[in-house]
Amino acid sequence: MQEIKEFVPNIVAFCCNWCSYAGADLAGSGRLSYPANVKIIRVPCSCRVNPMFILKAFQRGADGVILCGCHPGDCHYVTGNYYTRRRMAMLFDFLNYMGIEKERTRVEWVSAAEGARFSQVMNDFVKKITELGENRRITDLRVKEK
Amino acid sequence: MQRIGVFICWCGSNIAATVDVKRVAEAIKAEPGVVYSADYQYMCSENGQQLLKNAIKEHNLTGVVIGSCSPRMHEATFRRAAAEAGLNPYMLEVANIREQCSWIHKDMDEATEKALILIRTAIAKVRLNTPLQEGESPVTKRALVIGGGIAGIQAALDIAEAGFEVDIVEKNATIGGRMAQLDKTFPTLDCSACILTPKMVDCAQSDKIDILSYSEVEEVKGFVGNFKVKIRKKARYVDEKKCTGCKVCMEKCPSKKGLNEFNMNLNNRTAIYIPFAQAIPNVAVIDPEQCIKLKTGKCGICQKFCGAGAINYEMKDEFVDREYGAIVVATGFRPINIDAFNEYGYSDNADVITSLELERLMNAAGPTNGVLLRPSDKTHPKVITFIQCVGSRDVSGCGKPYCSKVCCMYTAKHAMLIREKYPDTEVHVFYIDVRTPGKNYDEFYRRAVEQYGVDYIKGMVGKVYNENGKLMVQGSNLIDNEQVIIPSDLVVLATAIEPEPSVRKIATLLTASIDTNNFMNESHPKLRPVESPTAGVYLAGMCQGPKDIPETVSQASACAAKVIGLLVKDKLKTNPCVAHCNEMMCNGCSQCANVCAYGAITYVDKEFRIGGGKTEVRRVASVNPAVCQGCGACTVTCPSGAMDLSGFSSKQIMSEVEAICKR
Repeated sequence: MQEIKEFVPNIVAFCCNWCSYAGADLAGSGRLSYPANVKIIRVPCSCRVNPMFILKAFQRGADGVILCGCHPGDCHYVTGNYYTRRRMAMLFDFLNYMGIEKERTRVEWVSAAEGARFSQVMNDFVKKITELGENRRITDLRVKEK
Repeated sequence: MQRIGVFICWCGSNIAATVDVKRVAEAIKAEPGVVYSADYQYMCSENGQQLLKNAIKEHNLTGVVIGSCSPRMHEATFRRAAAEAGLNPYMLEVANIREQCSWIHKDMDEATEKALILIRTAIAKVRLNTPLQEGESPVTKRALVIGGGIAGIQAALDIAEAGFEVDIVEKNATIGGRMAQLDKTFPTLDCSACILTPKMVDCAQSDKIDILSYSEVEEVKGFVGNFKVKIRKKARYVDEKKCTGCKVCMEKCPSKKGLNEFNMNLNNRTAIYIPFAQAIPNVAVIDPEQCIKLKTGKCGICQKFCGAGAINYEMKDEFVDREYGAIVVATGFRPINIDAFNEYGYSDNADVITSLELERLMNAAGPTNGVLLRPSDKTHPKVITFIQCVGSRDVSGCGKPYCSKVCCMYTAKHAMLIREKYPDTEVHVFYIDVRTPGKNYDEFYRRAVEQYGVDYIKGMVGKVYNENGKLMVQGSNLIDNEQVIIPSDLVVLATAIEPEPSVRKIATLLTASIDTNNFMNESHPKLRPVESPTAGVYLAGMCQGPKDIPETVSQASACAAKVIGLLVKDKLKTNPCVAHCNEMMCNGCSQCANVCAYGAITYVDKEFRIGGGKTEVRRVASVNPAVCQGCGACTVTCPSGAMDLSGFSSKQIMSEVEAICKR
């Protein structure tokens, strides 16, 4: 019989360089732990995240994608996160329509001073995704574990 | 083929305690393209950097990944070291295995596994890195200050002090701004004109400062270090070089019905006028709306009496083109229009005045020569009621949601000055909160209450109405929980302030952003408070937010320091991680330019070969690397995928995503 393994989600986090990435660093300096399956990609601004990146992540087997940026009004590039907010609202609706539950995608605002919030957001997100289980939609079958 | 070197830092035990660095360094050797892998106790140390440099030279590395602390910490250090070893610094990436791995995970296997993935991700990125060169652009060593109030004056003086040329563009006929209209200043009660006018004179006498009064910025092109500005010198009908400021024309001018803006329209002035006695430049100007000669062609009295022959009715607007390296925006503020606040009866009662009007009534050079007489019947008011927060902190939509910051202090000042000059006057102040943060500010307010016996009533005013010649101020007293009606002779409204409306046009010209209240946006609210998000544009004074004179002066000096820091450079280094356009794919749709917060994208017509020996001309986007800040908004907006960001290209991020998702 095949051994039933505990489900460990794979999560891609996009963090803007100025607020959220610094917030993640602060969570690190404060030793505020969150699960190791969250991996961060540094982008200059949350508005650099092309919907294609998110589709790619799901296609390659990610179970959840989270985008973190500066709080609205605090964007290092003035208006970048407003674009993110609008684009992602649309993309997430679209993904939901395609069967990727809304809970698997998220936009969060984390400032450079909010290390505790960063860790809390990540813990919460991982918990949600673990409850949802593996993402099977739009995943390329070739990348899944044998 | 890429030759990638990987260096794993122990960071003492910070990383090594939870990440098995030896295992990581060993496992990473198997990655395609990796030709060298090492681990070291402290990569950032002198020896660590030497290890990196030696390896680059020995193994001819074309790309480097360092697994260490956050790139926010030491990316610059490692890139510098790489550059010293002859590798393009942008061929180096840092994998954050301390803050985002070893410090937050306790399980060694788990952390080691994650560190491996993070390093593989960085390797995936570095494979697609391209050598980037920092660009250079020259700097025009001249600054433009828009607005000649205290903020603009201070900034110009400080920049000139450092030896750079500055132009002040002021839309009014004189510099001085709002501060020139004030009577006394808090918290020291020194006379405003006495501290401002010497600075105005310094501006006029400085050989580095050129004052373009009665002028407006018409067009701005270019970017940091290279602004090209068109300035409109409005026709003042008086030759600035000839006019001696003798004021004979003002005595003789028969048109005396113009409202005196400087005195808040409380009295009249002639059609040809000098705004106030200490005006800089001390040159008359003709108001074309009032001048009989300009309206009907018959009069010419001023020309007849002008001994200097300075009057020229034929004068037309002139345009001046200048080049600047930096621009300071100091456009200032104005009190809001309070006609919409019917409850205070400002439009119906002459004796309901604004604070700025009171400033003029108290000023020795004002319409009453400094004697406090109420506007309606020119008598001494015996009971004066001040109402605070008129239009400030007002979320009803009528006023402004923000606190205007200066009203609490100037109301305390007015109350004190009135009690000092006319001790028999009763002074009441209705307030919501008294806000007095600042050096010696609370002491000042307490003096008004304790020493001068000003009656402060906590509560808002519901209505001001006229009953038998008395102004009845009906409000609530929240402390005693009762309604009060105060029969007053004069009511003074502490009106909210708003940015001078011309700031909208200026912001558009400079592609600098403004917020929902029309205040100019700073680059970062805490850490870059005097820089606008547009490189080379700096903000001073009220155009950025409500502030008092000391704060305005500090901000102006801070601006000057930033401008000097920019102008001393001969060349500007530009961040190479900026957007670029693949012209073969661009269809010139303008969407990227629409989302660009910096105005870095322009369009050019270019000729392309289309085969068969033919060419076609297409409109394509062109990014100015000196202006682009590298946010990437355009890259996502671009429908054809022509826009990409160096250092964070779509391919690079895609490969990072793939590396993370690989199981």
